[in-house]
Amino acid sequence: MIGGPVSYANLYETPGPRGARRNRVLAGVIALVLLGLAYVTYVRFDAKEQWAAGKWTPLLRPEVWTTFILPGLAGTLAAAVAGVVLAGLFGLVFATARLSDHRWIRWPASAVVEFFRAVPLLLLIFFAFFGSYVFTGANISAFTAVVFGLTFYNGSVIAEIIRAGVLSLPRGQAEAAHAIGLRKGQVMRLVLLPQAFRAMMPAVISQFVVLLKDSALGLIVGYDELVDRGLNGIAANFSNVIPAAILIAAIFIGINLSLDRLAHWLSRPSGDRPRGRAAWPRTYRATTPPSSPP
Amino acid sequence: MDALLLEWDTVVAAFWMTVRLTAVSALGSLVLGTLLTAMRVAPLATLRRTAGVYVAVARNTPLTLVLLFTGLGVGANLGVELSSDIATNNFWLACIGLTAYTSAFVCEALRAGINTVPVGQAEAARSLGLGFLQTLGLITLPQAFRAVIAPLGGILIALTKNTTIALVVGVSEASVRMREMIETYGDQVMQIFLGFAAGFVLLCLPMGLLFGWLSRRLAVAR
Repeated sequence: MIGGPVSYANLYETPGPRGARRNRVLAGVIALVLLGLAYVTYVRFDAKEQWAAGKWTPLLRPEVWTTFILPGLAGTLAAAVAGVVLAGLFGLVFATARLSDHRWIRWPASAVVEFFRAVPLLLLIFFAFFGSYVFTGANISAFTAVVFGLTFYNGSVIAEIIRAGVLSLPRGQAEAAHAIGLRKGQVMRLVLLPQAFRAMMPAVISQFVVLLKDSALGLIVGYDELVDRGLNGIAANFSNVIPAAILIAAIFIGINLSLDRLAHWLSRPSGDRPRGRAAWPRTYRATTPPSSPP
Repeated sequence: MDALLLEWDTVVAAFWMTVRLTAVSALGSLVLGTLLTAMRVAPLATLRRTAGVYVAVARNTPLTLVLLFTGLGVGANLGVELSSDIATNNFWLACIGLTAYTSAFVCEALRAGINTVPVGQAEAARSLGLGFLQTLGLITLPQAFRAVIAPLGGILIALTKNTTIALVVGVSEASVRMREMIETYGDQVMQIFLGFAAGFVLLCLPMGLLFGWLSRRLAVAR
């Protein structure tokens, strides 16, 4: 994560003795400034007693974990897993539909995908949560509303990722598949999609990171997920907003960095791929933002 | 459509707030994101690591948490008061949160852009005697920007939609207005939702077209 595999050392000369000395001084000054900033923050939070041991020790108590953190984490993961499965399905169906030969399938599918990509996720969740009664005659749970939003928004993004993946395959793949007598559905299912999946996996996993982060929107409609349990649960009981927020952020960062690592691992060049395959993820990455915010 | 027409002024006002949040945060993110990018490629390891950690943290924290942290942490706990008017204060706090989050993505995009600039460009600049800041500012970054205009457009569109989350720090923008209206006009949920959705499409569609056009027009021919 930090530093990364690419070196940017070609942007500057290797410093000589004087440059090295100057750099050391600069590094020292910058470190002092950063420490100064950290100190000011420390003092301001300290004035509110956010560093007092009493605000942190609750985070070590088992009952705090069993009452707030673990149920919250379970809520977040439940929404995220349901979202991932349904968004994956949605993406698969609509990517295939957008690649259809029939205009009457392609156009409506495009309209649906473009619509849900353009609407903020929070509006989708509000629509489902507050509007459900009008349409179904019953109020749906916050969980359902969150999963509804996550599915339609992220599903549309994943549909676009899969579609880009299929379109990035060499044309010969589909032609060869047709030539040996496969039907359209078979070409897609047996030849194109499996290859597109491998090329797109890193982008899809980045989207799952977005989805996991987005599940935190559940707190706005009162879904018991991690941010809600942390800030409205723990912080309300022990008035330790800052320690609770830091812990919750650390949990999210931990999970997301692991997913990131997984995406990197999946996109690593591997010798066992057929010729030409290794090039696709690279070309794809060059034309796509590394990951876009939700 | 009655509800939307009846409440037209308040709907427009809500979207105006969305536009202001977007504009301020976009400018902030562009500046902070560029600064972070410069830090990430700087000769000093301290700067590189600081920026790297910042980006990793900001990118992987839910925006909801970032904004709650600016509201409760920076606003209530640090006691940062940016205006005596509570609504204005919340607006600026929301902008700080959105900027803190979005600049990490701007930094990632720009760094990817720097990767597209051929090594020879920086080498040629150095052989002319340019220092690090000159090489970066005059040669590498301008080309990097031109390479990532489309991704930056994507980030701007995402930012526009993300401003809806500013409601957690008490800014009443489009999403707040939509929720209120659904509660008041329960019989017109569909129209209200489609109306607000259309508002966002109207905001984001021109951005997408503009950035697509710009990215083609400004692409570096190699």
